[in-house]
Amino acid sequence: MRVGVFICHCGNNIAGTVDVARVAAEMRKLPGVVYATNYMYTCSEPGQEEIKQAIKKENLDRIVVAACSPRMHENTFRKTIEKAGLNRYFLEMANIREHISWIGEDKELNTAKAIDAVKMAVAKVMKNKPLYSSSFKVNKRVMVIGGGVAGMQAALDCADGGLDVVLVEKSPSIGGMMARLDKTFPTIDCSICILGPKMVDVAQHEKIKLHAYSEIDEIKGYVGNYQVKVRKKATYVDWTKCTGCGACMEKCPTRNAYDNFNFGVAPTRAINIPFPQAIPKKAKIDPAFCRQFTKGKCGVCAKICPTGAINYEMQDEIVTEDVGAIIVATGYGLFDLDKFPEYGAGRYPDVITGIQYERILNASGPTSGHILRPSDQTEPKTIVFVSCAGSRDKSLGVPYCSNFCCMYIAKQAILTKDHVPDSQSYVFYMDIRSPGKGYDEFTRRAQEDYGVKYIRGRVSRIYPKGKKMVVRGADTLLGTQVEVEADLVVLATAVVSAPGAAGMAEKLHISYDTFGFYVESHPKLRPVETNTSGVFLAGACQGPKDIPASVGQGSAAASKVQALFSKDMLESDPAIAQVNTNACVGCLKCVRTCPFQAIKEEELRNGKKVAKVIETVCAGCGVCTSTCPCGAIQLQHFTDNQLLAEVNAICQG
Amino acid sequence: MYKVYFQTYEMDTINLSEKTNWEFIEQVQKESGENLSLCYQCGNCTAGCPYTNYFDYPVSMVMRLLQTGQKDTILNSKAIWLCATCETCTTRCPCEIDVAHVMDTLRIIARRENKVSEKDIKMFYDAFLDSVKRFGRIYEVGTLLTYNIRSGHFMADADLGPKVLTKGKIRFFPTKIKGSDKVAQIFERFRTKAKKHG
Repeated sequence: MRVGVFICHCGNNIAGTVDVARVAAEMRKLPGVVYATNYMYTCSEPGQEEIKQAIKKENLDRIVVAACSPRMHENTFRKTIEKAGLNRYFLEMANIREHISWIGEDKELNTAKAIDAVKMAVAKVMKNKPLYSSSFKVNKRVMVIGGGVAGMQAALDCADGGLDVVLVEKSPSIGGMMARLDKTFPTIDCSICILGPKMVDVAQHEKIKLHAYSEIDEIKGYVGNYQVKVRKKATYVDWTKCTGCGACMEKCPTRNAYDNFNFGVAPTRAINIPFPQAIPKKAKIDPAFCRQFTKGKCGVCAKICPTGAINYEMQDEIVTEDVGAIIVATGYGLFDLDKFPEYGAGRYPDVITGIQYERILNASGPTSGHILRPSDQTEPKTIVFVSCAGSRDKSLGVPYCSNFCCMYIAKQAILTKDHVPDSQSYVFYMDIRSPGKGYDEFTRRAQEDYGVKYIRGRVSRIYPKGKKMVVRGADTLLGTQVEVEADLVVLATAVVSAPGAAGMAEKLHISYDTFGFYVESHPKLRPVETNTSGVFLAGACQGPKDIPASVGQGSAAASKVQALFSKDMLESDPAIAQVNTNACVGCLKCVRTCPFQAIKEEELRNGKKVAKVIETVCAGCGVCTSTCPCGAIQLQHFTDNQLLAEVNAICQG
Repeated sequence: MYKVYFQTYEMDTINLSEKTNWEFIEQVQKESGENLSLCYQCGNCTAGCPYTNYFDYPVSMVMRLLQTGQKDTILNSKAIWLCATCETCTTRCPCEIDVAHVMDTLRIIARRENKVSEKDIKMFYDAFLDSVKRFGRIYEVGTLLTYNIRSGHFMADADLGPKVLTKGKIRFFPTKIKGSDKVAQIFERFRTKAKKHG
């Protein structure tokens, strides 16, 4: 066996705190190592060329590269040695950057640790076996979870590219948050006017299959071959018959149902169509409020429906969709008003959230676009906007900036002046964050052309005084307390992760951060990929994002799916579990512990029952290996022998 | 309001390279246990402060002066003595800084360096603590008399005396609590500790 060792300086990243020349010299002393060298940038083209030349010249058959994390460059070097004629699994990487040089300052200790790490890699590479990947078919169908603007963009881009798309939306209509907005910044164009055509495109596209009012129950499988169980929630209205005429909604006697679409600004009927442009424009019953469900008698809608679509006996229906990739675009949630005791904790009707004000401004909203305050339906003349209501507040668990509030507050203040010309708006802010194209000009316009008074300071308290709401805050530029007697107070509540985001991440096997936002594969270079192959992210489920950014990510995720689906076959990773049927005693502990249901029972010809790994499902996590009492199931490329060789390498000095 | 505005506005240019007292910043952080860099000047402490009208520097500005190490300005300010330690600032601070405790720390440092801008308030604190030390609890009449005599405000709050006395809200003669000697020991312990640590 002839091992070659290549130690990378990585500029000063490694060589700054590790004596790389000494590491190479130590390696030359090891049995089996016939060549060891150090190089400035091993990943560079000349660096790779050096490896290839050494393989030829020194007749090397095993390669160790001591450099950065294998997450960065393992693939690079695997390709390099493959080009030189070696099996790609004859490469081992020792991570002497992230694990050693970056975290320790003592050069002496670092060098000793690096020598150990490379020794381990040498010991392991000598036990490595050639592995070959097999290939499997890709199901070129994509599922998009979430029908907001990001999800719709992703679905349309995939469908326009010729892919079959399954779009799953939790609420009765697609459109998401954007469908609720009145106008959009910084152009003040009508939100539904620009979103509506996209929604219609989704509805009419022959390549898109829409499951509205549906949720994801279970996701099984792997990249290229996912099986997703979709729960189509009972609407109690047969949507094949419903024409969306709205007669049921008009006649429904229950007038106090909570209106999810309008964020509770005004009540709605127990049977309702969320908004005029809804897609699909179909009615659904809210059983928490419907008298047929709460009192057991009513049936008005069933009598009035001209097509006989009402069905009180309807049950949830589960459908299974087979897809090859999944785009997650589940959006965001909003911080709860109840968490602001000093702002009334949701008790004052005239202290509302930004999205509620959006519905009040909206022509299809409960006030038909007239600004009327909720308490007495009068037109407010003094409106106070409070930014960072929850955002950038460590004490409330939201230390991050919610990204788009500064902009929508400026927009709402401008629209307020348009609606009520004799009104005066005030904005309490900490910093104005408007780093987009035309964004800062927009917030300036609110102040310069629309006379919005910006007050730099936070609001400490809001309390009622007669018909007014007193907003007390600070003006830190004046260095004093200020008070405004307002008719209406709008809080720019913090953006939080969508309700149930963590549960969804666990179904998808993707990671999420402390706040429930999904984690991308790399914050800069892989912004829409996840660490689960075949699952992509789009929109605010990854972090607070405005419309242009969400649309951009939707398109980006779609192009990633197109690239993935450009091949008919995908190569499987051969580093998966394998059963030695001679050693297996058939206890099947592995079957019970496998998190991917990748192991099943198999009967051999001699009648012996053993475990069998389903190659395409196994993710190579190694749980079965540590469970097996007799070492019969082994994770390829990480076998007991290979790992013990590493342990021996450091224990024997 | 305008008083404050002009006072701060008229401040001379502060040469930050020369006049930033880094040791003072370190000292306040160490003694208070609070990280002053956490403050991003949102102003919520000032917004809720019930005494800000009487302050020469609003509390958010005290925090800013601290961040820039303006030791003399802070220790000579009235604000740190007028603070009532109501802790509204601490409760509201989004960065979870115990602002009231920082103000407490500043008073302690100011006392130590003999830079008490509001002598009366220091006197009241002393009269209060003397009383607790002697009786194990506050003896209101004694505290007031001590304070009035020392401060020279002989008749301060005298008009309230008959009212609260007849209603039995306070007693004319001092009463000791059980274990007042233990309370006195607390003072003693503090004194020896303070001596030990300078």
